[in-house]
Amino acid sequence: MFEFVQIFIRTLLETLHDLLPIVLILGFFQFVILRGPMARPWRILRGLAYIMLGMALFLMGLEEAIFPLGELMAKQLTAPEFLFGSIAQIPEHVQWQYYGWVYAFALAIGFATTIAEPALIAIAMKAQQISGGAVSAWGLRLSVAAGVAIGVSIGCYRIITGTDLWLYIIAAYIIVMVQTLFSPKRIIPLAYDSGGVTTSTVTVPLIAALGLGLASTIPGRSPMIDGFGLVAFASVFPIMTVLAYTWIAERWTSNTRETTRR
Amino acid sequence: MRGFRKAFRPLIEALRDLSPIVLVIAFFQIFVLQQPIPNLGGIAAGLLFVLLGLALFVRGLEIGMFPLGEAMAYSFAKKGSVPWLISFAFLLGFGTTIAEPALIAIAGKAANIAAQGGFIASTEKDMAAYALGLRLTVALSVGIAIVIGVIRILLGWPLPWFIIGGYLLVVGMTAIAPQEIIGIAYDSGGVTTSTITVPLVTALGVGLASSIQGRNPLLDGFGLIAFASLLPIVFVMVFGLWMAN
Repeated sequence: MFEFVQIFIRTLLETLHDLLPIVLILGFFQFVILRGPMARPWRILRGLAYIMLGMALFLMGLEEAIFPLGELMAKQLTAPEFLFGSIAQIPEHVQWQYYGWVYAFALAIGFATTIAEPALIAIAMKAQQISGGAVSAWGLRLSVAAGVAIGVSIGCYRIITGTDLWLYIIAAYIIVMVQTLFSPKRIIPLAYDSGGVTTSTVTVPLIAALGLGLASTIPGRSPMIDGFGLVAFASVFPIMTVLAYTWIAERWTSNTRETTRR
Repeated sequence: MRGFRKAFRPLIEALRDLSPIVLVIAFFQIFVLQQPIPNLGGIAAGLLFVLLGLALFVRGLEIGMFPLGEAMAYSFAKKGSVPWLISFAFLLGFGTTIAEPALIAIAGKAANIAAQGGFIASTEKDMAAYALGLRLTVALSVGIAIVIGVIRILLGWPLPWFIIGGYLLVVGMTAIAPQEIIGIAYDSGGVTTSTITVPLVTALGVGLASSIQGRNPLLDGFGLIAFASLLPIVFVMVFGLWMAN
């Protein structure tokens, strides 16, 4: 118990330290420049205290419970002993098909960590609120999570096959640009934003462990160079899935409307 | 009964948000790797903390961060002082990024790669300078990104043109930037937007768009995060190019 308290206090101090620049900037502008009235200031202050405390608890719990196990798992799933039976059996050129469980893990963990990502919860809440419910928070979160899942799996495939990162990213950009042309205007900013929010507290450590595990066990890959890039995949693919989701949702609702009219 | 449900709603939602991770990890550990789960008590306690933390965080967003960000955006719009708004936007982007732990970690790793590849001298001093240079580059680019985003909201320019222009810049830079920097550059776009920055910047954008006549919060309010994840890619590649010469 004492140990937990110690870890908690340390995490709380770290969180305070990370938040200090934001608090200073907000405080300076609110009290020195704007001096505007603030509705229910104590409630806001209480909310900020919740955020600080919540972040500290969240991070501490992740580091205690989820990260060690998830990282160990990523290491074990990419270990040659698991994939090929023993070290002696590593083939000279690895075939991408050997890595079935790795893709499955990338898919599942990409999806699961994104659903738990607090920044995405925040964006989805806000979007549902200001759109008056036209954008569903769950629809947004599920489609972003699907995008991260697909992105991380394709990113793993890229590390395994050793193809160039920029090829994939440029192809993804082209797809996003074409989708932008055919998507309803009001969803586009939200879709672009959801690409950036997916990769923070929960997702990055786990997918980084996966990339590092893959790049350090496959012959000819360097963990230093090939281990990077998974975050980039996890940020581009959600844009595609969110745009696709709204495209489909739009078709579907207009179809049902037509049917009811008939 | 209603008060009871209200108090527990954030906890139940947090439980729902976390259950996929628990299920995925349990499935792979038990069925795929076929190993027992180590330190079960510690993990259960940790999960309890995650649950409480997430519930508190979401509640804090609702009553603290969102109202604060929107009230400040409203005050800025009412005050009508564009220079102060721009300096606020820049400081918010720069200040939250320079201290971002994920960025510090990535910059350190990037310095290692650069030293191994003979891109920079592999002395402690050169590596520290390279890591710091990278962090400053990213923080500067996020600051500038938020400023551009805020100006866009003020003037009501459509977002897609900016994003497509940004993509073209990224593609063009990729063609001429040194190979070692590309992976790091692409990743640095993703790590800059942290759990605290995102809600705050979103509240600022939505607040601004709601308080300026003729702006639509959905159409104009979002998009700040998109800039903040695109511009660092370009800037880091420019930094790599500059270091190479």
